[in-house]
Amino acid sequence: MSNIKIKSKNLDVFYGDKQALFDVNLDLNEKEVTALIGPSGCGKSTFIRCINRMNDVIDICKVTGNIEMDGMNINDKNLDVVALREKVGMVFQKPNPFPKSIYDNISYGPKIHGKGETKSELDEIVENSLRKSALWEEVKDRLDEPGTSLSGGQQQRLCIARAISVNPEVILMDEPCSALDPIATAKIEELIDELKKTYTIVIVTHSMAQAVRVSQKTGFFHLGKLIEVGKTEKIFKNPDNKMTQDYITGRFG
Amino acid sequence: MTKEERLKKRHQAEKRFRFYGLTSIFVALLFVVILVQNIFSKGSSAFKKTVITTEIFFDQELLEIQNGASQDEIMEADFYDVMIENLIKAYPAKDRDEEDELLKLFSGEAEIEIKKAFLKDNNLIGKTITLDLTASDDIDQLHKGNYPRDLPEERRRISNFQLIIYDYFVEKKKISKNFNNYFFTNGDSRDPEIAGIGGALVGSFYSILICLLLAFPIAVLASIYLEEFAPKNKITDFIEININNLAAVPSIVYGLLALQILLATIQLPRSTPLVAGITLALMTLPRIIIPCRASLKAVPPSIREGALAVGASKFQSVFHHVVPLALPGTLSGTIIGLAQALGETAPLILIGMVAFVVDIPSSPVDPSSSLPVQVYLWSESAERGFVEKTSATIMMLLTFLIVMNFVAVYLRQKFEKRWN
Repeated sequence: MSNIKIKSKNLDVFYGDKQALFDVNLDLNEKEVTALIGPSGCGKSTFIRCINRMNDVIDICKVTGNIEMDGMNINDKNLDVVALREKVGMVFQKPNPFPKSIYDNISYGPKIHGKGETKSELDEIVENSLRKSALWEEVKDRLDEPGTSLSGGQQQRLCIARAISVNPEVILMDEPCSALDPIATAKIEELIDELKKTYTIVIVTHSMAQAVRVSQKTGFFHLGKLIEVGKTEKIFKNPDNKMTQDYITGRFG
Repeated sequence: MTKEERLKKRHQAEKRFRFYGLTSIFVALLFVVILVQNIFSKGSSAFKKTVITTEIFFDQELLEIQNGASQDEIMEADFYDVMIENLIKAYPAKDRDEEDELLKLFSGEAEIEIKKAFLKDNNLIGKTITLDLTASDDIDQLHKGNYPRDLPEERRRISNFQLIIYDYFVEKKKISKNFNNYFFTNGDSRDPEIAGIGGALVGSFYSILICLLLAFPIAVLASIYLEEFAPKNKITDFIEININNLAAVPSIVYGLLALQILLATIQLPRSTPLVAGITLALMTLPRIIIPCRASLKAVPPSIREGALAVGASKFQSVFHHVVPLALPGTLSGTIIGLAQALGETAPLILIGMVAFVVDIPSSPVDPSSSLPVQVYLWSESAERGFVEKTSATIMMLLTFLIVMNFVAVYLRQKFEKRWN
């Protein structure tokens, strides 16, 4: 049994008057992949955006309840979100490399956090990050080219490399493969398998097959509520809840 | 209606629309051609001036200075007699009246031109040189074909005798057209043949420079704050609406404002590029803020999120990523705002830039004119020579505007990055 890395307790999220998450209690295990599934608008993305406080960007969004990482309250108003986001990286639905060179895309994070003081240290971080995201071999000769010149799948791996570059503890992935073709998706999934040795990963996905392939634990959300959570095998083979059963067999959603 | 009929109708609608569109474009182009043709045909002759080639002998008795005279001595010396003496040699006038009429063929500047030649080489006493002396406005216009010589004499500014001298000079090939350097180097003048846009150019330059220095930083910082940092609430909305309204306020209102505040209250010097620059900056601010905010808004949120997600602070995400990406749009918006300011006339008239200023301003606190105001001033003048000067000034103004707009488009296309 692995350690609990992140623990949410009675988490409620409101967008203005509309409540998006209802009393979510979910534990995420360290160095494991947790998949969050559920129909569109069910609150999966809202949940993971609570973990790195990306919801702060939205003015009308209000988060109540507790969410802890290693005993530290993430939802604390006095918490420095910059320090938090150094520990909790994120990969978005659509690849969003900076319109800068591949090298600058990776080195940006370490630079602003004061990691890699010298050029050679930075070079090393860039190479390591690209190696970990299985992109190094493809781009090592053209680090000066803009990140936006890569293919969609490569761009997404570049974004993963960018997230890894600051050496986080947790990586959040918000439907990272939804804009990619099956081959690129397969590569990302292989990568996730590799990354879970080092990082705690939370992945939001619409693909049931993907959840089965990459995750050890799965949570099913519906209309802002966490309906069921458990080992991936159990959720997909023998769910306790009727709604989960209906969703994974494609009866709704 | 059958299916065929309906299909036919749909095709006809499209054809009609294409026809209307083409017609509109044609009409618009026609107007541009008429405008440009009109300005060019009137204005192009202003870049040439008529000169009368004259041999000048520097007579020591008349000048009362020696070879190697100092600059002050030359400045004080009277070159009028020298000019008369030499002009009579060029065309033998019989009496005082004829002398006067002969003299009037030349610009009042001719005497100074002789003096300048001597200033350049102060060993000319007893020598003869050939000079191209500027002709008077009347001769200038006559030579350019803008002056009707078949009118009865009493309705002409040029007398029959002067026409005889002119024809004599033409026959002797002494009259020619040279490049009109005065048009670019001189300030305004009552005499069209020596009036130039030098003062207006410098005045406009200072005004626009001050406008840029004031408006650009304020507009950019205001846009960045409003777009990226300001809380989205009623106050921000209110400010936004007001900025949009300010951009639509007629420019003359800014002139009145400047008159009241800058001139009456703060007592800044009247008719100066300093006041003009501040006034134009007030007017240009909202016109820069709007495109600036638009280009900030055009940066996709995913870039901001990407930066925030690796742990950049709000400030870092804005200044490392959003602002550089918005810069091309911001710059081109600024240039277009400045181009509008360059062509602005009404507020400048109110702050007294319409004054008659001969000297070229040496600093932004000297009285000055500006290009559009110079156009306005000259278009009001009766002398025929100012007609071509007016059009030529418009040509210069349009050239600057076209160049600025071209730079704006170039910046946008060259540096705008694609984010996908």
